[in-house]
Amino acid sequence: MTPLRLTHFTATSCLGRGLGATLAALEAARSGLKSCDFETVTLDTQIGEVAGLDAVVLPAALRAFDCRNNRLAQLGLEQDGFREAVRAAASRWGRQRVGVFVGTSTAGILETEIAYRSRDPDTGALPADFDYQHRQNSFSVSDYIRRVLELEGPTLSLCTACSSSAKAFAAAQRMIAAGLIDAAVVGGVDSLCLTTLYGFHSLQLMARTPCRPFDLRRDGLSIGEAAAFALLERAHEHRSSADLLLLGAGESSDAHHMSSPQPQGLGARMAMERALDAAGLAASDVDYINLHGTGTPSNDSAESQAVSALFGPDTPCSSTKAATGHTLGAAGALEAVVCALALRHELLPAGLNLDERDPQLKLNYLTQNVRAPLAAVLSNSFGFGGVNCALLFGRAA
Amino acid sequence: MGTLSACIEGIGLLGPGLPDWPTCAAVLAGTSPYAAARTVLPSPEILPPAERRRAGRTIKLVLAIGAEAVAHAGHEAAGLASVFSSSGGDGDNCHEICAALAGSERLISPTRFHNSVHNAAAGYWSIAHDCTEASVTVCAYDASFAAGLIEALSQISHDGCAVLLFAYDADYPPPLHQARPISDAFGVSLLLGPPESPCALANLKIELCTQAPSLFEQPQLEALRLSIPAARSLPLLQLLAQSRSGKVVLDYLDSTRLAVEVQI
Repeated sequence: MTPLRLTHFTATSCLGRGLGATLAALEAARSGLKSCDFETVTLDTQIGEVAGLDAVVLPAALRAFDCRNNRLAQLGLEQDGFREAVRAAASRWGRQRVGVFVGTSTAGILETEIAYRSRDPDTGALPADFDYQHRQNSFSVSDYIRRVLELEGPTLSLCTACSSSAKAFAAAQRMIAAGLIDAAVVGGVDSLCLTTLYGFHSLQLMARTPCRPFDLRRDGLSIGEAAAFALLERAHEHRSSADLLLLGAGESSDAHHMSSPQPQGLGARMAMERALDAAGLAASDVDYINLHGTGTPSNDSAESQAVSALFGPDTPCSSTKAATGHTLGAAGALEAVVCALALRHELLPAGLNLDERDPQLKLNYLTQNVRAPLAAVLSNSFGFGGVNCALLFGRAA
Repeated sequence: MGTLSACIEGIGLLGPGLPDWPTCAAVLAGTSPYAAARTVLPSPEILPPAERRRAGRTIKLVLAIGAEAVAHAGHEAAGLASVFSSSGGDGDNCHEICAALAGSERLISPTRFHNSVHNAAAGYWSIAHDCTEASVTVCAYDASFAAGLIEALSQISHDGCAVLLFAYDADYPPPLHQARPISDAFGVSLLLGPPESPCALANLKIELCTQAPSLFEQPQLEALRLSIPAARSLPLLQLLAQSRSGKVVLDYLDSTRLAVEVQI
C-alpha cells in the first residue's frame, strides 16, 4: 500500500490527558490502574478510569449527545491541538474530503443501563429524556465527532469489539486509497460501563489485582477507558524523516469461537503477515511489537505462538495494557498512539506488573524501558468474534 | 476521483412478508402484490447445536441472507471477505443485559455477553462457514446500508477481491422499542465483486451527492423503507428486480446522499 502520513495524534486514558501525560507515564513505567470504584459497581477488580469526565461540558448545540462516552470523545479532541490540526486539514482538502472513522464497542450504553433502573413501575417505559440515537447507538460517537469537527466526509463507527479502532485505521486507509477522501480522522472512544465490567466478570476473565500480561500467574484483564485519535493524510511526495507513517494494515478472522482465540494464534498470525505484505516489509524489519497482551491466559498464549512463529524469539515486544487497562474498542487507536510515541521518542515501553515470566511464552518481552531508534513498529488488536487486525507504523525514510 | 465501482453477483434477502430474494424481486418489479407479514427467521441448521441455541434473531437473519446470496452467485462462503452493517445489533440481547444489570444480582451469562458485541453475527457467520478472511462490522444509525455499501466498494477498489455485504436490523423489544421503533427484522446480502466480472448480474457505480432520496409511490413499500434502516436499500433493489439500468439516490448522512448508478 501507499503509506499515509500520521500528521497529528493524541490520546487520553487513565495515564492522563494528552501526549505529554501519556509519554511521562510510559517513561516512568507508571500504571494508571486503581481499585474499582466506578458508579455502583461492586466487583473486586481494577479499572483504568479517565479522571474528570463528569465535569466535561459538550457544546450547547450538541447537548443531545451528552453521555460519558461523548464527554470522553470531547475531552480527547481538546488535547494536543488536535481540533486545530483537523481544521487545517479540512481547509487543505475540503470538508467533504475528510472522513471520520471511530471504533467503539459500547458507545453510550451506560446511559441505557442507568435508565433501565428508572423504568416506570407500571408501564416499564424508559424515562422521558432517554435518547437512544445520540447516546446508546454505536454511531453516536462518530456522529458527535463529525459535528464537533464540522466534517462532511464519509463517517462510520467500526464495531469489531476489541479490534474496533485498529480496523478504523484499515478502513480509512482503504477509502483514501480508493480516492473517495484525502484525509481521515481515525480513532477509538470507549468508556467504562456495567456491561463490560459484569460481562468480563461472567467470563471469569477479569483480574482481581492489576493485570499482569505475560506473567506466569496472569489471571485476566483490567478494563480501562480511552479516547485516542490520529489524523491520517495522503502523503506528500517530499517527506521529512520526522514524518510518521501508517505503512500497512492486515486483517483476518479466527472462525474459531466467539470469545476465545484460536489456541495457536493462526488468525493473529495471518493478520500480522498481511500487514507485513501490505507494507512490503519482512518480519526482520520490525523493531518493536506492541502486543494485544490482555493478560488473559488464552490471549497471551495464542498471541505469543503467533508472534514467535513469524518473528522468532528476539523482536522486542510488550503490552502496555498493564499501564492503561484494556480500553476495548479504543485499544487499537490508543496503542497506535503508543507506537507513534515510541517512534518519535525512540522509546520501547516496558510491560508492567511482570513478576515471573511465563516460560511457555517465548518472546523478547520487555520488562524495562529501552531507548533505541526505531524504523518500523507493529501493533496487534484482536476482538471477540475472532476479528484480528495488525497495523504497521514507521518513519519516513 | 469520488466514484467507486463494483458488480453484483448474488443477492439474499429476508424481511416482513419477504421470505427470499425472488419473492421480494417480484414485489419490487410489480408482478406480485406485497403481502405484509411478520418476518419469519429460519432455524440456523448450519450451526452446531450449542451455537444454534445461542443464536439470536440477527444471527439467524445474517446466516439466511448470506447463504442465499452466496448460493445465488454460485460461490463458496469460506473464501469471502465480508462487511456487516447494522444500526443496532441484537436488541433482544441488549434488553436482557440492561434488565439484568438493573436488578440486584447483576448476573449476565457469558453467552449474553459475547453476543452483545456489535459484530456477533459476523462472528457466527465466520464460524459457520470456517471463513478466515477479513471481516468488518460498521454502524451509521439510519445510514448504515449506505455506509456498508461504501465500505464494501472501497474494499473492492483497494483489494480487487469479492466482498459479501450484509445490511441487517431487527426490532428492539419494549421499552427500547419506543425509543427506537424499528418495525421488524429485515436484511439484505449482496455478493459484490470487481466491476465487469463475467458473472455480474449488474454493475454499480456510487458517488456522494446532495440530491433528494428516491422514494416509493406505494405507501407500504415506502413505510418499509423508512421503518427499518437496512430497508433503505430497497430503491436500489428495485432496479435490480426490474433488471433495469438507471440511477437511485439512497439516504446517507443528513444532506449527504449516495447516488447509485446501475448498469444491467
